[in-house]
Amino acid sequence: MRAIRVIPCLDVDGGRVVKGVNFVGLRDAGDPIELAQRYDAEGADELVFLDITASSDQRATTIDMVHAVASTVFIPFTVGGGIRSLTDARAMLRAGADKVSVNTAAFERPALISEIAAEFGSQCVVCAIDARRSGSGWEVYLHGGRTPTGADAVKWAVEATRLGAGEVLLTSMDRDGTRLGFDNELNRIVADSITVPLIASGGVGSLSHLVDGVVDGGVDAVLAASIFHFGEHSVAEAKQLMGEHGITVRPSPPPANR
Amino acid sequence: MRRPSVAVIDYGIGNLHSAHKALLCVGADAVLTADPQVIASTDAVVLPGVGNFGACMEAIRSHNLEGPINRAIASGRPFLGICVGMQMLFESSDESPGAPGLGVFAGTVRWLPHSVKRPQMQWNRLAITRPDLVIGSDSSADQWMYFVHSLAAVPVESEIIAATVDYGGDVVAACRRENILATQFHPEKSSVAGLALLERWVLSVRGEQA
Repeated sequence: MRAIRVIPCLDVDGGRVVKGVNFVGLRDAGDPIELAQRYDAEGADELVFLDITASSDQRATTIDMVHAVASTVFIPFTVGGGIRSLTDARAMLRAGADKVSVNTAAFERPALISEIAAEFGSQCVVCAIDARRSGSGWEVYLHGGRTPTGADAVKWAVEATRLGAGEVLLTSMDRDGTRLGFDNELNRIVADSITVPLIASGGVGSLSHLVDGVVDGGVDAVLAASIFHFGEHSVAEAKQLMGEHGITVRPSPPPANR
Repeated sequence: MRRPSVAVIDYGIGNLHSAHKALLCVGADAVLTADPQVIASTDAVVLPGVGNFGACMEAIRSHNLEGPINRAIASGRPFLGICVGMQMLFESSDESPGAPGLGVFAGTVRWLPHSVKRPQMQWNRLAITRPDLVIGSDSSADQWMYFVHSLAAVPVESEIIAATVDYGGDVVAACRRENILATQFHPEKSSVAGLALLERWVLSVRGEQA
């Protein structure tokens, strides 16, 4: 049985969740633990924390946050953003993160993937790829989608998994922020090219887009941010709809537990 | 009421933080330790494990923990192996040919079939093959647990299999024999269902029925 995972993504800065998460009834909308517990209760299968902390001397607050989340929320979570070295990865994994995602630093120095995989296992390494359509294919972009590389995104995904990435987190830069849905042509090509799980990201504007990602894109997990954060839809509603379309998901806990 | 003491064996591999905190959360007096005297004296013992089978066995041996682990199992005190901590209870693994396991259970650990994505990195629903106070029974509510693994145990004695999941065929998810419980999944990462299972295990340590 293949069960599709639903993964909310939270941006954190200085150990606090930013970008206006807007749940009703939260005492503190920036508290990563309160938010993680809320998503856990709704049936989120995993969480991704994307660290957008700019200054390196603030990184310690992220490590404290990871430690606190791992002590109180018992679902798997990934930390990404700013992981440039094995030392950075080690700090996050030792603090209790289940996985780290690497992006720009791994493209610039692919051995980083092998180094993390050798020490902690492939299951701890997610290769995040930002891809934009270019000619008949897709090009890898770095630095949050600002820097083109000229490299083919599908080839990089294959290479990253050969180096030891246990999962690929693929973001369509063409769709990110548009709410038009995933780029499922891209998802399908990558899903068919790699043997490890694929997480789709970028462009989700409605719950039906999550269904499309699985049915048309062939992905193993769907990641979304704003549709969950702003209270438009809950993870439980997402899973309900996916289930109605014949997609196997872990059912959300009954509302009494939320 | 006294909190049962649980030694979580810390042999320098991976992230044991969540297993430790989850046990505390469900009422155990859990400690992370590599001290043979602590492992010999707690009410129960947990052997976690993540990553490579051979590397984990090597780390156990380099910490001189093989003897203390075998004695803990032989003492009859409740013993829980998680993930690679389950796999190491078998004799060997295709992941690390030539590296002997603990050999507590007869059998080996084999790669998941090529027909499915490896690792299995997802939640899956347990099928209970042998009802048990901790693992539960077929009539219990659906239990979905979180799995991260590329290999799975193939026991010689099928009667030790307590639960399976469907992933390219039946995959052994839990084994049970006397005081030994072993789970391929991560209860400490399986939200409410996983914590409930750990709580039942802790209650069984205390000698109470769940």
